[in-house]
Amino acid sequence: MLEITDLHATVDGKAILNGLTLSVAAGQIHAIMGPNGAGKSTLSYVLAGRAGYAVTGGTVMLDGTDLLALDAHERAAAGLFLGLQYPVEIPGVSNLTFLRTALNAQRRARGEAEASGAEFLKLVKREAEGFGLSLDMLKRAVNVGFSGGEKKRNEMVQMAVLAPRVAVLDETDSGLDIDALRVVADGINRLRSPTTATLLITHYQRLLDYVVPDRVHVLVAGRIVRSGGPELARELETSGYALDAQSSLAA
Amino acid sequence: MIALPTRRDEDWRYSDLAAIERVWPLPAPERLVVAAGAQITRTIVQDRPAGVAIDALDVVIGAGGTLVIHIMAMGGDYGRVSIDVTLEEGARFDLGGVILARGDANREIVTVVRHAAPGATSRQVIRSVLDDRATGSFLGKVAVARGAQKSDAIQSVKALLLSRSATANAKPELEIFADDVKCAHGATVGELDANALFYMASRGISTDEARALLTEAFIADALAGAPDLADRAVAWLRR
Repeated sequence: MLEITDLHATVDGKAILNGLTLSVAAGQIHAIMGPNGAGKSTLSYVLAGRAGYAVTGGTVMLDGTDLLALDAHERAAAGLFLGLQYPVEIPGVSNLTFLRTALNAQRRARGEAEASGAEFLKLVKREAEGFGLSLDMLKRAVNVGFSGGEKKRNEMVQMAVLAPRVAVLDETDSGLDIDALRVVADGINRLRSPTTATLLITHYQRLLDYVVPDRVHVLVAGRIVRSGGPELARELETSGYALDAQSSLAA
Repeated sequence: MIALPTRRDEDWRYSDLAAIERVWPLPAPERLVVAAGAQITRTIVQDRPAGVAIDALDVVIGAGGTLVIHIMAMGGDYGRVSIDVTLEEGARFDLGGVILARGDANREIVTVVRHAAPGATSRQVIRSVLDDRATGSFLGKVAVARGAQKSDAIQSVKALLLSRSATANAKPELEIFADDVKCAHGATVGELDANALFYMASRGISTDEARALLTEAFIADALAGAPDLADRAVAWLRR
């Protein structure tokens, strides 16, 4: 479903991704782990199409659509969702306006009917309650005054309402207490379906106690250096990335 | 003023003097008196597509009176709104001003707020959105007279540059001859938040739509209580 082939990318002229290849099939959850500076966040920004992240080689296909040929907002309409490590605060724009504008922009781009006010409210109310946020909070400005945990819950509400085909979650588990971690894990598990795929980018194994990935990949110096089953995450938690970093240097 | 202003006249330093010369002499300012205890709301809209737009008001707000003015400066090659307000005891002046300019337009709001007696309040909120090579200026003087204790004056002036070639000028000025007063002013010039633009794009919102939403949010503080003007601003922003 998500096919990344020999992806190279630079930031400020510095090579960060150096031939990253990864394939996530429909129905699967893959985890990408790696040390700081390996290129984890760069990968998520490159996939989402953030300005300043220059792709210098390779391809990214989402169900046969060439993602790299699309603008960031077109990638979202094509079914890509990026959960941010640090969700952005937007003073003066309410969560409800933000999310309804996003949902309807995506629907228009796909040639679907827009959600009516009532339909949207019903949908967002259900998801907000499911993730422990009140509708009153969503009437406030986007993420303004939200705690770290509330911001991540809000990301999950957005993901559930927008119902992407491929979710890339960049360190969505960082800075969460155990309750919020469970909520996030629950959101990821709920999105899991035979027609969706999820890429979890994480520094820690903790989230993987609650979300069992189909595959775990180790990212070092901008390339996948090792892949394995869920047991690889536990192994990395105890052994660290030192061995992988060494073998990457040798290569 | 009898002679044409020059750059050396503080209140005219950012003006389009050639445009002013074409309409010189300017008509005398409109005189407005708010009776003691009365409340008046005024809206000044400059929205003609081209030409020179000049609005000038000389105001006295009587004791305990309130004047609310909203300004929407969105039309004309050159536009100037100048307001000279004298506040008597316990009077209140609320100004919400918005400058929207693109192309080569030059628009300015110039105020002098005189706290002449104790206990008066003034609130001035100015938001400018400037694109292309446009210029937007706010010159605001607050003068607190001797003995005008418990005066409370606030100026909040913010400009948003949608293009690197646009210009914003802000010139707050305080002249205070009393010791028990609250006078605050803040001025900022900024651009749209790139993080917010990316966040919105990542959710499927187009760049134009995202810029419009952020810009609407930016001017909202100046248009509290004026929903009609907010709608007009939105229409302008999305044009």
